[in-house]
Amino acid sequence: MQETAATDVARSRDTSFHQHLTDREGVLGTLFLLPAILYIAVLVGIPFFLAIAFSMTDVTVGNTSLDFVGLENFRRIIRTPQFQRALINAFLFTLISQVIIIILANVLAVVLSQEFRGKWLARTLIILPWATPIALGTIGWLWFLDSKFSPIDWILQNVGLLGPGTLLGPGRHLNFLGREWLAMASVMTVYVWRLLPLSTVILMAGLTSIPEDLVDQGQVDGASFWRIHFQIKIPLVLPILYIALLFGLILTFGDMVVVFVLTRGGPVYYTQVLATWAYFKGIEGGSLAEGAAIALFLFPLLLAVAILILRTARRMEVT
Amino acid sequence: MAKFKRGLIRLLIYGVVLAFCLFSAFPFLVMLINTFKQDSDLYRPQNNPFIYNAPPTLDHLRLLFLETNYTKFLWNSFFVGVLVVIITLVVTIPAAYSLARLVGHWGERAGISMFLIYLVPPTLLFIPLFRMVVAFGLNDSVWSLVLVYPTISIPFSTWLLMGFFKSIPRDLEEAAMVDGYSRFMAFVKVIMPLSLSGVIAVVVFTFTLTLHEFIYALAFISSSDQRTISVGVPIELIRGDVFFWQSLLAAAVIVAIPVSIVYSLFLDRLIAGFTAGAVKG
Amino acid sequence: MAVVEIRGIRKYFDKVKAVDGIDLSIKKGEFLVILGPSGCGKTTLMRMIAGLERPTAGEIVIGDRVVNDLPPRARQIAMVFQSYALYPHMTVFNNIAFPLKAQKVPKRAMQEKVEWAASMLAIAQLLDRKPRQLSGGERQRVALARALVKEPTVLLLDEPLSNLDAKLRASARDELQRFQRHLGITTIFVTHDQVEAMGLGDRIVVMSGGKVRQIGTPQEVYHDSADTFVATFLGSPGMNLVERDNFLVGFRPEQFIPKEATKSQDNLKSLPFKVNRVEYLGAEQLVYGVIEGTIDDDSLILAKLSSELTLRIEVGQCYDFVVQQQQLRFFDKSTGQRIEPRPF
Repeated sequence: MQETAATDVARSRDTSFHQHLTDREGVLGTLFLLPAILYIAVLVGIPFFLAIAFSMTDVTVGNTSLDFVGLENFRRIIRTPQFQRALINAFLFTLISQVIIIILANVLAVVLSQEFRGKWLARTLIILPWATPIALGTIGWLWFLDSKFSPIDWILQNVGLLGPGTLLGPGRHLNFLGREWLAMASVMTVYVWRLLPLSTVILMAGLTSIPEDLVDQGQVDGASFWRIHFQIKIPLVLPILYIALLFGLILTFGDMVVVFVLTRGGPVYYTQVLATWAYFKGIEGGSLAEGAAIALFLFPLLLAVAILILRTARRMEVT
Repeated sequence: MAKFKRGLIRLLIYGVVLAFCLFSAFPFLVMLINTFKQDSDLYRPQNNPFIYNAPPTLDHLRLLFLETNYTKFLWNSFFVGVLVVIITLVVTIPAAYSLARLVGHWGERAGISMFLIYLVPPTLLFIPLFRMVVAFGLNDSVWSLVLVYPTISIPFSTWLLMGFFKSIPRDLEEAAMVDGYSRFMAFVKVIMPLSLSGVIAVVVFTFTLTLHEFIYALAFISSSDQRTISVGVPIELIRGDVFFWQSLLAAAVIVAIPVSIVYSLFLDRLIAGFTAGAVKG
Repeated sequence: MAVVEIRGIRKYFDKVKAVDGIDLSIKKGEFLVILGPSGCGKTTLMRMIAGLERPTAGEIVIGDRVVNDLPPRARQIAMVFQSYALYPHMTVFNNIAFPLKAQKVPKRAMQEKVEWAASMLAIAQLLDRKPRQLSGGERQRVALARALVKEPTVLLLDEPLSNLDAKLRASARDELQRFQRHLGITTIFVTHDQVEAMGLGDRIVVMSGGKVRQIGTPQEVYHDSADTFVATFLGSPGMNLVERDNFLVGFRPEQFIPKEATKSQDNLKSLPFKVNRVEYLGAEQLVYGVIEGTIDDDSLILAKLSSELTLRIEVGQCYDFVVQQQQLRFFDKSTGQRIEPRPF
């Protein structure tokens, strides 16, 4: 730690100076803050501005020369159908999966706050999706949704819902990742699967911080369980719900791994999202500048959403 | 009548819990079973995927551990994880304390800005960062990750710990200072011991991040023995069009189960830390 | 007519016997105070009456029905918590209206009732505010309004005055009592403050260690204390106890006065009293000292004297202090129970 090194040196010279240093709040405050600020300035700030710079040049993987082209890259990419689809998908996937997650997290948080046997086992199982590295968990789903070997297909076949002359169609396989809408639904399902544990934990954090007295009072006042839940608890955890929502939005909107591993943006480009399209265009396509330009679309949107949510959450502080 | 109703509610709770457990864990069940399935069994669509139609085998595990760099990947991820956690804690704890106590009004704004910095997506930064990593000579080494991952964990952790510290009453530090400690020592002796939950929250989030991170790991490293689990497994076990499914799935399960058990053990602490940091802060 | 009956109630938390066998019968319109130190089980008892805890054994009867299996909302009770438990995100109006909403009372009737409760507690002008904008006293009234608005059979109050400033407490006590008399609502009031208990209760239930020590009117528990616990807990300061042979003798500080200050001279027990300290409290003085002479006891004895006394009490001096014989109380040394008077 920088500060202990400084104070050690100071100590060896003059004890009264040491006292002063560790007491002077202004100095201490700045010293404490310095490493973090340096880290961020150098490794986030500089690349950020570099990325902006790249997006306005014609830099590619091949040539290292930089020629300024202004907003040309932006103009070009906005017109491509892949970009437009990627933009729409990013919003669609994020919003739909988040709504589902919030609803399910509410149910799960309520259930997990009850006492029941095997609670520890249940918690461990429910946390599994969050504990797995994204790429690996998604690979698991790759098998689960495989066009030939999916266990889901097998179950549906044996229950009589899949196959010739059944409800779900003549084919013996649903081909989850090869059909446009199914593929989109699959991506969203993986998002929900992965983020539900996190949102539930955040929500549980909020629920446990509600004073016991208020719940007791609600019971004495004659409210049923659900009335207490919706009219007392939920309003009080709304700021937390917003934070859970915010995290979910951030992690889903900027996510690249799930789509990359599950569908590679396919079929065709129907499940492409901004982050994956930026990668494909930039690295595999070779046009670093365009990749940077596409990726830049992510940031302002995320920023706007974050500011909106944080402001709303602050305003809702009731105590 | 009341007993009947209570019984019904119990049943409902168990039912809901079961449903969620199935949703979360079912893919893992399949992955676990498949780990030991022979090729001939696995690659027959008409076979029941939940039982062993041919005797289970350890071949795929053998492949995973002996013929790939899986153990190296595990070690690399763990190594990077531990170092990143240490760096994060060392940088974040003082920074969060500073923002919570020492810098007055603009501390609040700075805290929010920290959080907003967390929003800058790696997909945007990885190209320029790659150039910088090369410039530092860390190209193709785990050390590039050790250097860069804290940029993701520090902003979020600072925001969380800042809220956490704010929820500790000032009285405690002031009492310590009256008792004869300097500001700094009051921090060490009073605040630190009380911050266990917050620190656990930071450790869990940071470690999760390291295990999961994909883009930087993909972009910065090309040598197999330097890769982490997140990228190494897909790259090594998917060769062209050929998927070594059983080993792939085994790789996922082997990491997921212990991590999940550990998280579950710390869950109450984690929730307490998050509550104090994000809720009351 | 008993509105609330408590029969053989016990509550055990694993090894801890929070409430250990209590029988109680509360009359309609009565203001009953449950008094005891922290941890005596009074709050647990109240929570069982409210339905927030299930008894380990025994029955609770409210208005002819055994309510053990009924949730709080089916018991026709209202409760005010020590913290007031006002819903921070609702206005005062909505806080008070909440129980009515739970009963699905139609809007117009609800409006009327809320305004009725609010004006009764003089908070009608606060209906649009949020709890965080109110003072402690105002919050307490909102909590009371909310309790009364559903016209409960029993009103439960858990130390509702302890969060108020000392000065405010006295006037709040007065209002509360007038209020209760006016409405005639059966009230159970839990407190650790014996002054409050004496001032408010029609009857007082003195509790300690999960058991009832005595039930009686304020006069009964003060002048005819059933055991040493009640005797020393009630009164500020509590009863003096002196050991003698195999029993204890008790007399209250205000009954212990200098011989010179008494008018009649019959039936007095005289004790030599050596003064260690005098506390001047304005209207009174508290004199601390020990009994000298034949009684072999070093315990600190207090005398509570009016400051108007002409006799000046000096530290270090020994005086003849007297107690009237009929004021002496005798207690068994080992059990603490009250026993017959005997020579002393």
